[in-house]
Amino acid sequence: MGYGADPVAVLELIEAHAARGAIVVLGNHDAATLGRNVHGMNLQALTAIAWTRKRLGKRHVDFLNALPLTVREDERLYVHASAAVPERWTYVTGRRQAAQSLEATDARMTFCGHVHDQKLYYTVATGYPMPFRPIPGTPIPTGRHRQWLAIVGSAGQPRDRNPAACYALADLARSRLTFFRVPYDHGGAAQKIRAAGLPERLARRLERGA
Amino acid sequence: MRAPEPGVEIDGFRLGERIHVGSMASIYRLEGLPLIMKIPRLGAGERSANVVSFEQCRMVLGALSQSPHHPTLVAYGDVETTPYLVMEYIEGTRVDQWLGRAPLSPQETARLGHALALALHEIHRQDVIHLDLKATNVIYRASGQAALIDFGLSCHRHLPDLLAAEFHSPVGNWVYMAPEQIAGERSDPRSDLFALGALLYELATGTRAFGTPDSVAQLRRRLYRDPPPPRALVRATPPWLQEVILHCLEIDAAQRPTSAAEVAFDLANPGQVAITERAERTKRESFQKVARRWLRARNFSPSAPPPPATDLAPLPVIVVAIGAQETAEPFFEALREAARRRVAANACRIACMTVVPRAAALTDDTPTGRHIKQLVSLRRWARPLGLPEERLTYHVLESDQPAAALLDYATVNEVEEILMGAGKEAAQIVTQAPCSVTVVRAPPLS
Repeated sequence: MGYGADPVAVLELIEAHAARGAIVVLGNHDAATLGRNVHGMNLQALTAIAWTRKRLGKRHVDFLNALPLTVREDERLYVHASAAVPERWTYVTGRRQAAQSLEATDARMTFCGHVHDQKLYYTVATGYPMPFRPIPGTPIPTGRHRQWLAIVGSAGQPRDRNPAACYALADLARSRLTFFRVPYDHGGAAQKIRAAGLPERLARRLERGA
Repeated sequence: MRAPEPGVEIDGFRLGERIHVGSMASIYRLEGLPLIMKIPRLGAGERSANVVSFEQCRMVLGALSQSPHHPTLVAYGDVETTPYLVMEYIEGTRVDQWLGRAPLSPQETARLGHALALALHEIHRQDVIHLDLKATNVIYRASGQAALIDFGLSCHRHLPDLLAAEFHSPVGNWVYMAPEQIAGERSDPRSDLFALGALLYELATGTRAFGTPDSVAQLRRRLYRDPPPPRALVRATPPWLQEVILHCLEIDAAQRPTSAAEVAFDLANPGQVAITERAERTKRESFQKVARRWLRARNFSPSAPPPPATDLAPLPVIVVAIGAQETAEPFFEALREAARRRVAANACRIACMTVVPRAAALTDDTPTGRHIKQLVSLRRWARPLGLPEERLTYHVLESDQPAAALLDYATVNEVEEILMGAGKEAAQIVTQAPCSVTVVRAPPLS
């Protein structure tokens, strides 16, 4: 939402998942579409947000309005940006921000996004949490006596020159976390952006992966 | 927490004899099973690093695919409640039992070193670095294969390095530790090659290359002071062995062999070791050179580790198999062209090889006239490649079953690829080889 030419299709897909019990949290582009927190956004983003807003029906807006900023489920916290002050949309771009986010919760695992590249932070005996760049497909044992902060990555707006979408699977029974990359028709998505008359840069970014 | 006594039952495993009590963990046999259980020392008064090392060991062993070169992880307990690891009990002889008899003959040192280098290569190609290679952490199975044990300080480059932030002083065994480990570098597989060199040094000379440091200052001496060349201690050390040992012990990781497979290859083929000035040394470096290195060592920063093995072609040896009867120059040139493309793509070695029928009278490796003739033709084939000598080796194998001999060589030496012509053995080699095989043909006459 706020980047691509298919906001309604995406939203309805997520609605269907939510109806089956999926956890969904509000992101900054969703909030912007609702007219909240638009300051700090560049012109392209604002153009795309305004375009998106016009395409949403009342049902879609109601769905977005009902989304929480955070969801807590057992030892896990789901949040779009840093858990420190979720509505401030702070990027977890380094060890200090990771520390602030982890200090704000007693959840053993935090899953977040906002930053588009996959990253895993884990607490250590002394100092800020350590960063790790996951290798897609390699399961990482996530010991229960530490806190982990997983930046799952974005589905469609990569910044690492790899156009594939990001996701991660947490195996709760075995305490393992695996990050994945999956290719999709990013060329088709870029063409739709151009056809819709959205800023060219949004299309190029999908193709270049950066 | 006291270490449990034999006879106690943990998660259904009954502890047998306690075979090791260390500062970090105790190890027990398990009754009625070919397994051991490792229990870390935890609790008040114990180091927090023990639990991290336990976690790291579990993570790395759990990620390694099964092989004879390390124990298989069978079960583990939760870090918070009952931490333990159950793994395969590896029966065999540990390196310290050979060290007691050192200096060993060059052949025995090379045999032990070759097996150990192959074991290291196995874990390196899975992007695991042991980082705590020492005499008690290597077990030789009855088959002669080496197995590495105790992965408590190891690093897996696909997984978070839990130990990276844990220690303030250099962690690992100070006798064998590589210079870059002293500087805190934990992601260079060539650190294991340094430790391998230090072990070979000790096996070949009966002396520790860097003594037994008991302070960080003494430990840091290896950043500038080279050990006495093995030949200064054991006159009979052959040049090829000294070359291999001192090559592994280079201070700068970038100057060491590029992979454990390369060391294994050299130790299995002494006649093919590219001899440099290292092999001839009889004295340590001059005072001036050491003084200059000492000045530089104060700001020692390790060479950048190579990218993970999964990004690289993992093995350095490409065999070019040339039929003993082959003479067609267009085919030779096609074969050279194929070899050139491999060399241009990565830093491989080209092993030029031919198989000749076994001569009835020939019982050892004595070069016969026929043998020399084949070597000459292999060299003639390779000369237009213009490769430096250390990138080329020449082999005349004697066997009545050329395909079997070639396959055997490719297996023992971890060959990456075989380039060959479309002779009558090609089909068998293509189907049975442990590596890729490319059948090369001369371009059609226009």
